[in-house]
Amino acid sequence: MVLAGIGAGLAVIGAGIGIGKIGGSAMDGMARQPEAAGKIQTAMIIAAALIEGVALFAVVVALIAK
Amino acid sequence: MTLLKRFRSLLAISLLCVSVSTFAEGHEQPAHETVQHEGVQSHEGAHASTEEKEFNASDLINSHIGDSHEFHIFDWGGHPVSFYLPVILWTNNGLAVFSSEAFHHDNTGHHVVEKNGQKFVRYNEVIYYADQFESTNKEDVSAFNFDIRPLDFSITKNVFSLFLSVIILFGLFSVVGKSYKKNQFAPKGLAGFLEPLVTFVRDDIAIPNIGIKKYERYMPYLLTVFFFIWVNNLIGLIPFFPFSSNLTGSIFFTFVMALITFIVTSFSGNKNYWGHIFAPPVPKALYPIMVPVEIIGILTKPFALMIRLFANITAGHIIILSLISLIFIFRTVAVAPISGAFVLFMSVLELLVAALQAYVFTLLTALFIGQAVEEHDHH
Repeated sequence: MVLAGIGAGLAVIGAGIGIGKIGGSAMDGMARQPEAAGKIQTAMIIAAALIEGVALFAVVVALIAK
Repeated sequence: MTLLKRFRSLLAISLLCVSVSTFAEGHEQPAHETVQHEGVQSHEGAHASTEEKEFNASDLINSHIGDSHEFHIFDWGGHPVSFYLPVILWTNNGLAVFSSEAFHHDNTGHHVVEKNGQKFVRYNEVIYYADQFESTNKEDVSAFNFDIRPLDFSITKNVFSLFLSVIILFGLFSVVGKSYKKNQFAPKGLAGFLEPLVTFVRDDIAIPNIGIKKYERYMPYLLTVFFFIWVNNLIGLIPFFPFSSNLTGSIFFTFVMALITFIVTSFSGNKNYWGHIFAPPVPKALYPIMVPVEIIGILTKPFALMIRLFANITAGHIIILSLISLIFIFRTVAVAPISGAFVLFMSVLELLVAALQAYVFTLLTALFIGQAVEEHDHH
């Protein structure tokens, strides 16, 4: 149970870094080109969803291995 | 150097966390055993007695995200009220069909049901032959132990939900289809709501990924995948009968969806696609490495699709159920407003995730098909 918790926590660190980077870059992009904000937002959400998926792989492994 | 220092402090913190949590676990153990006064205050009604039982959040969550042979609606006076679904078993003596009411809500393997001269028991939603049940290993729930358990073709909660979503989609789109026959002008009503979604799948998913020449063949499949997953995600979020099943959070469902995508991709693959897999443009000496890697590559894509949908939806359900469980873990109604607010927030987020995962599944399916049908003019 404890190891599963650590695993889930490590996955969250990775996903946090990834989503944070995407969010930051998207903000940069939107500040530079406000007219492209809509497109950037869509791409950002897709990329965030993909990263979330990877983080959830780890959650599934943690759930199975508990 | 600073990075190394930071990493070291991170390691130290995590080690500290490990030791603290193991310590805490060691001390919680005796406390668990003492909390067992079942049904002492039965005169105060069912609520009092259920509250006195030790609350096990993980059991509750597992039973809610899993499949079941009956649709549990609510408890009334301490008795569960359910919608009973048919149990269909292929036994060693042929077919056995009966209502899941026969099990009387028993999931512990005690209540024996006799049908066609055979006896069945149910343990954790798995049906076994009663005479084999005592000797079986309860951890092994493989469906292919024909001596121990019959093949289970029951209309379970998930299958019921599958039929329900098919009926909803069929009704919805036949109404829309008819309205286009009558109305030659701009779409109205339901068609006006669904047409932007259909054109979204066409213009933003199919055409950019598959290409303007070939996208039309795959539109029926992409639209089916999109609306089917979306409707099932939404059905999973509605918390009352006849919805509330966790179909898209079932690994078997997502496995079949991903398998169909794999089959469609493989059958639409042209000679460029297969050429890149079995005869990649690298020196012949590298083939023993490259060909297995490429073969694994075509299998991991649908595998990732399967896990992504399953994990996203299941995780959403687990989070919502955990937040509700907090009320029962702390045993006070004071937590309810906070937990309720978080549940509301998560539910709204899940509405986004429901649409997003349907979109991502469709997008990646279109992407894989696009890779398979791609022409390489520049070679």
